[in-house]
Amino acid sequence: MRLSFEIALTHVLTRVRQTLVGMLGVAMGVGFSVLMAAIMEGSQNDFTRQLVDALPHITVSDERREPPRQPAEDVYSDVSYAGLRTPETRPGIKNPFALMDAIEPGLSGSLAPSAQVRAVIRFAGRDTAAVVTGIDIERETEVSKLATQVRQGKLGDLATASNGIILGDRLASRIGARIGNTITLVSGVGQTLSCTVVGLSHTGIAQNDETQATVLLKTAQILAGQTGLVNAIRIRVDEIMQARAIASRIEAQTGYKSVSWQEANEDLLSTFEIRNFVMYTVVGAILLVASFGTYNIISTITHEKTRDIAILKSLGFTEGTVRRIFLLEALMIGLAGTLIGWGLGYALCQAFETIEFKSPFMDVTHMPMEYSPLHYGLAGLVALASSVIAGFLPARKASRANPVDIIRGAS
Amino acid sequence: MTEPRANGPIIEMRNVTRIIGDAIPTTLVRNIGLSIAHGEFIAITGPSGSGKSSLLYLLGLLDVPTEGEVLIEGEPVSGLDETERAAVRLETLGFIFQFHFLLPEFTALQNVMLPMRALGRWNEEECRDRAHRLLASLGLADHSHKRPEQLSGGQRQRVAIARALANEPLVILADEPTGNLDSASSEQVLRIFRRLVDETGRAIIMVTHDLNLAARTDRQVRVVDGQIVAAT
Repeated sequence: MRLSFEIALTHVLTRVRQTLVGMLGVAMGVGFSVLMAAIMEGSQNDFTRQLVDALPHITVSDERREPPRQPAEDVYSDVSYAGLRTPETRPGIKNPFALMDAIEPGLSGSLAPSAQVRAVIRFAGRDTAAVVTGIDIERETEVSKLATQVRQGKLGDLATASNGIILGDRLASRIGARIGNTITLVSGVGQTLSCTVVGLSHTGIAQNDETQATVLLKTAQILAGQTGLVNAIRIRVDEIMQARAIASRIEAQTGYKSVSWQEANEDLLSTFEIRNFVMYTVVGAILLVASFGTYNIISTITHEKTRDIAILKSLGFTEGTVRRIFLLEALMIGLAGTLIGWGLGYALCQAFETIEFKSPFMDVTHMPMEYSPLHYGLAGLVALASSVIAGFLPARKASRANPVDIIRGAS
Repeated sequence: MTEPRANGPIIEMRNVTRIIGDAIPTTLVRNIGLSIAHGEFIAITGPSGSGKSSLLYLLGLLDVPTEGEVLIEGEPVSGLDETERAAVRLETLGFIFQFHFLLPEFTALQNVMLPMRALGRWNEEECRDRAHRLLASLGLADHSHKRPEQLSGGQRQRVAIARALANEPLVILADEPTGNLDSASSEQVLRIFRRLVDETGRAIIMVTHDLNLAARTDRQVRVVDGQIVAAT
């Protein structure tokens, strides 16, 4: 074994040009596979993030999917009701904090209560409809990006000003309000409240920015005329793909309608599937092409050694030993190439990440890249496997051949 | 192996026939019987394509007879499997070809050490000493750390001889060993062969088409169309 290793190493080290070409070939394959995987998955994840982060991953609202069952329905199976008017109930989730305490254990993620109130903003003699959301500042930062979306002022200012309000930036410019202005809110139940504008938020989604206003939870509750009102609990989960399962679990547990982002974006999810398929196809194709390149180079190197195989055999080396030598050579070149390829791939990813995209509608963004050990592992594995096969097949052919044919062919 | 037994042939062919090709069978050698004694230096001669090299490869277990058998010191060896034949080649046979067939990436010393290390009878240090002594005995003491491309044709062929002798083989098989050498180098190779036969009692079987060279061996076997037509 040591002799095989030394012979292989000597071959690899003395045939510098061939070894370099082989290593670079493997490295290119690995490097570009890694790059493409990073680009594809990066853009995929970016797309997912854009889609998913526009809404909370799960929203538990104070609605129910079906009206509560009537007691008579349970007793008499043939009874049917139509046009039944259910008794008026107070809006909001009952006992929201007890409910949150019940959900929170066993949930990998975070949740935040909110109260949404429809209101009219009265400013400078004009009325504008808005959706006012009451939030809990500390919990809010865990479930949404609102804190980073506040452009002028900051989210914390809500707590320091009396009746502070943060307006969507388009809403603010529509009504002509600036920071420090006092605006009047009028809710559907007739409550009137004077608020001070403490910040402007920008989500990048025009519809939100035109209608959203954010206040403290208690401010919204006053506006709604109902203390303790929480009509939505928003949840951010760590495993976004698990959102659907978590939502249905919460719904079964609480009876309140829980909508996962998947349910909210069902039409977009088919696009998602297609994008996934495209990604795997492209990455798979690149791995395949790269492995063919690797195979080509290594098998050429081994082919050029056919004469040496015959010589070693005539000296009394067994087929197995000869095969092992060339397998080891392929493995050495493959391994070195893979290591270089990883470096190359990482460097390429870093370079691509500096590319900036400027768009009039969005902020400057960088090329989204995904760094995953899986990409490196997969690309390396495919490169090594194709190196080994590329070393093994020609070596087996050459070691099986009668050395006489090769020796004669050479003379 | 250094003290070969004096009685009985060292290597022997019995009724050996070798046919290659399935679709169009070609007979390389037909019904050959040949027996070589210890300390014998014989030449196999014949025109190109007569089958003299095929005969040598069959003797050297690089090829397997279609019929008949090859025996070394009375033991049938041609029926062994590939691994066992490789072991016999490694231990008891030494090859020298028309081209030196040294591994170009290795120095002369390393080339000579290869068969020793594959055999594993000596440790690294002993292998190195033995290879040095072998090269020195062939007048290559100063060239042991050169690669084949840095050596002249005659020097390369002497390295190849040293490599063939590495494991103290019983039989040395040489296929046109002087075919690529000038007359001075050829002369040198021949003198080395003579010395090996006389001093160590090894057998040397040399294929050549040069009748002058053949005349200086102990016995000549002439092969035409795969058959022995004359033996002296």
